[in-house]
Formats: sequence, structure tokens, C-alpha cells
Amino acid sequence: MIAPHRRPAVLWAVTLLALLALIIASLAIGAVPMAPSRAIDALFGRGDSLAITIVRDLRLPRVALAMLVGCALGSSGAALQGTLRNALAEPYLLGVSGGAAVGAVVAMTLSVTDAGVLSLSAFAGAICAVLLVLGLARAAGGTRDSRTLLMAGVVIGAFANAVILILLADASPDRVRGALWWMAGSLGDASWPRVLWLCAYVVVGLSLLIARGRLLDVLALGDESAAALGADVGRATRQIFLISAMLAAASVAAAGLVGFVGLVVPNIARAFGVVRHRSLIATSALAGAALVVFADLLARTIRAPIELPLGAITALIGVPVFLARLRRAR
Amino acid sequence: MSDTRLALHFDGVTLAYTRGAPPVVIDTSIVAPTGAITAIVGPNGSGKSSLVRGVLGLMPEHHGRILAGTVDLLRATPRATSQLVAVMPQRESLAFPMRVHDYIALGRAPFLGVWDSLTVRDQALIDDAVQRADVQSFAMRRTDELSGGEWQRVRLARTLAQATPIILLDEPTTFLDIAHEMATFETLSREARAGRTVILVSHTLTLVARFADQMVLMHGGRVAAAGSPRDVMQAGTLESVYGWPLVVSHDPAVGAPTLVPLRKPG
Repeated sequence: MIAPHRRPAVLWAVTLLALLALIIASLAIGAVPMAPSRAIDALFGRGDSLAITIVRDLRLPRVALAMLVGCALGSSGAALQGTLRNALAEPYLLGVSGGAAVGAVVAMTLSVTDAGVLSLSAFAGAICAVLLVLGLARAAGGTRDSRTLLMAGVVIGAFANAVILILLADASPDRVRGALWWMAGSLGDASWPRVLWLCAYVVVGLSLLIARGRLLDVLALGDESAAALGADVGRATRQIFLISAMLAAASVAAAGLVGFVGLVVPNIARAFGVVRHRSLIATSALAGAALVVFADLLARTIRAPIELPLGAITALIGVPVFLARLRRAR
Repeated sequence: MSDTRLALHFDGVTLAYTRGAPPVVIDTSIVAPTGAITAIVGPNGSGKSSLVRGVLGLMPEHHGRILAGTVDLLRATPRATSQLVAVMPQRESLAFPMRVHDYIALGRAPFLGVWDSLTVRDQALIDDAVQRADVQSFAMRRTDELSGGEWQRVRLARTLAQATPIILLDEPTTFLDIAHEMATFETLSREARAGRTVILVSHTLTLVARFADQMVLMHGGRVAAAGSPRDVMQAGTLESVYGWPLVVSHDPAVGAPTLVPLRKPG
């Protein structure tokens, strides 16, 4: 048996190795299959030009986008769970992703295609959703109660879906199909501009969250104890919500609705003894990256050449974890 | 520990939970001197814990001043307050269990910048707090593996690790057995003798009377009586505040007034 203080290091090592293996598998597997060694050669510009084009221009941006989406959602979930003192909190279940999707669809119906504007519009939608969820939860009994908060998140998520359907009412069937496909989560439109935009958000958001690691440790003790240890609880909570919403919104703008990643990875990391938030956020970002690359690989290969929605795959992985955690919470 | 000696002075303090709501503490003045234990006692709802929340800046409606030396805590930042006063709130349940030692180390959080690690001095203060609260035997366990009494002692250790001139504890001996209850009071006595200002909110009047240098009896948000334990532990005063018949005896073997609630006839 591994000593408890060694387990986080083991988790890091295993996750890093798994991520590396998944990246190579993702670069090698596809409509034009190639051996891992050929994919690695192509990645470094060696070998035939077709393989180099496929790996560098098609598969690599997709893998990079998957990693960044996983980083954004994993770290956002870890931070939201800490500040809400609730292991079931995550951007998708809290309606934040739904709000971001409304923001992005509004931009799309206005024919916006620029990745930067799309992310800002998604961010605005996510902030509106955060305010609505917290307001609803506070009115219904308090933001510290798991069930109230999740119920508020589910309601706002459903509301966001309804708004999106209304927005799409007079759109062409092709556009509706495209929007619905995007809402189910997809990395099919991965491109280097998208990767760069999301990378900027992830670098800024992740740094801000890691800087607040000790503050999150303190906030997770509860309002009175956090105040006793010098935290401005209201201000800190607002800041962390804002940063988490920004990360979730950027991920939604880049890849649509990918649920449960923010729920699954922090809970697995905690089960391996990663408790301090600085380390938890970093671990969740890494494990989130591995999970989304894995889910995308499944989405592309299970029924190839048909591609399954990425959000459906992460939900299939996440729902059992959610139910197991809910059972423990009781 | 900080060498600075600071008294805590509630000066005409009025507190309410929401703006416009009836106050739960009304025009209250209490001086807790340095090097002494001040016990704040009183029935449920008398305003004791609201004073603690007032110190933490968690009472939205507030008037008057809460002075730690010359710093008004009602207008100070939470960080500035936490560097002067270590507060042990009445209740605390961790959302996510952690190692006891890591939890106690959070007592140094008020003194650390965003990227700072624990210094040798921080580590020494944590080790010292672990010793003084007598939690070394389970410092490496997880917080969700502790009994109620062990958890209280771990919380005390975290409060001591803060190493502030003023310590404010809300019901610190809840869940403790007799030996650990007495040990906690002895620890607090040593802190007071070392020059710290110790303020204790408690329901256990008889025990508090043995250790406190002064007692403040709260009732309906106001100070009903204040002075030495002998002054405050008067049967008539306590009976009218608690609304229950009782006697106060003075056993020389105990060396402090002892309160015995009576059974109501019939």
C-alpha cells in the first residue's frame, strides 16, 4: 500500500504518463491511421508530407484544444468546489456553462465568427448565469446547501437551453444542426486561432486560481473560520466565481458544452490525497486535460467514421462519479 | 508569539445581523485587559456569539468601536484583524478533510503573502501550538478521523498557531471530557500569564469562574453584570438572567463560586 503522502506524487506521475500516451494515440488514430512512431516523426516534421499535414494541421490543434478545455474545466471545478464547500459543484451542473452557451449562441445568431468575440460573449452569459444561480439559491435557502445550489443550477441550465432553442427558432436547419452539435460538445472545429485564444484564457485563469490556492484552503473552512484567518469572504468568493466562470466560458466558446469534467477530476484527485487547493487546482488541470483527450479519442473512435458528441462521452463517464459522490454526501 | 500586548475594548458597540433589523447587541462596553482571562457568559441569544462575529467583521449593521489597542476592528480589513486577534468560532465543519498538521498550519495564513511558503519561524510556531494543545499524537491523522473532543483541541491548536496578542474563543470546551476541558483552561491560563489577552465565550459558568480573572454576564444584548467571578456569580442576578432557580455556593476547596441549578418543585 502506498503511504498517503506519496499518493499525490503517484497520481501526478500516472496522469502525466497517461496524458503523454493519450496525446500520441490521438495523433496516430484517425481516418488515416498511422503507427505511433510515424505520428511522432510527423509531429517533429520528419517523414512524408501527408502525415506531417495530418498530424500538425488537423490532429495536433484538436489535441491541444482538448487539453486546454480539460485544464479550464478541471481547475474551474476544483475552485468552485472549494469556495462553495461542495464536492458536487462544477460549471456545467451550476448552469455556468449553460449561460456561456447562451452568450455564444447570441453571438452566433449575430453571425459572429471571431473566436475572441465569441469567448467574450460566452463570458458575459456565464456571469449572468452565476448571478442568477446564486440569487436563486440565496432566495431558496442558501448558497452553502448542496441540494439548493444544484437545483438552482439545473433550473438555470434548463432556462438557458430554452433561451437557446428560442434564439434558434428562425435559423436555417443547417444552422440549428450546427448549433445543437456544438452544444453537445465537439472539438471538430479545432483550429490554431481557437487554441491560442483558449490558451490565453487558461494561462491567465489558472495562474489567478493557483495564486488563490491558500485563500481557497481557508474559504473551504466556512465563512467564520475563513474570516478569522483574514479572508474577505465576500470579495474572495466573487473573485473566484468570476475567474472560474471565465475559464468555463472560454471552454464553452471553444468546444461547446462539455459537462462533468469539473466534477470528476477534483474528486478523483482528493481521493488520492490531494487536498491543498494550490496542488488540487494544478492536479485537476492536468487530469482534466488527460480526461478530455481520452473522451475525444473515444468520441472519434467508438463508432468511426461517425463522430459522437464529446459532451455525451464526458457525461457517460461523469454521471456514475456524480452518483457515487452524491451517495457519499448523504 | 507577538511581544505586543493589546487589550480588547468593546466601546459602545451595537450590532445587528441585517441592516434595519433589531440589534442583538446594544450599546455594549467591555474592556478585556492584557494578561488576563475575560469570560463572557449568558443565556442563549444574549449576544455573546454576535460579539465574536462583530470582531470578525461579519455583522453588517454595526455602531461603536471594537478596539484592539488603537485599531478599530469594525473598520479594519479581515487580514489586519486576523493579525491581532485569533478567533476560534463556535462551530466549524470541514467540507473536505485534510491532514491535522496542514489544518493547524492554516493558522499562519494571515501572515503569508500569496506565494509565500511557511518560514522556519512559522513552522516553530505551528510545532509549539501542536505541543501546547496536546495534539501531537494525532497531528498526522486526517481531520475526518478525529473524535469531537480531538477536533476541538485541533481547532485550539490552529488558533494558538496564529500567535496573536489577543485570543477570542467561542465555546472552546464543547465536546471535551473533564481532563481535556481542564487542560484547555490551564492552557488558556498560561497564555494569559504570558501576557496575551484571552476572551472566552462560554456556557460553563462554574468552570469559567475558576479560571477567569473577570466575568461579563450578557442578557438581551446588554451587559447585565461585570466584575470578578465572585461579583458576577450572585444567585439573584443569575436567577433573573437565566430565569431558573439556582444556588451559588462557595466551597473553599474549589476556591471559586459554584453554581448549582435547582429542580423546580412539582
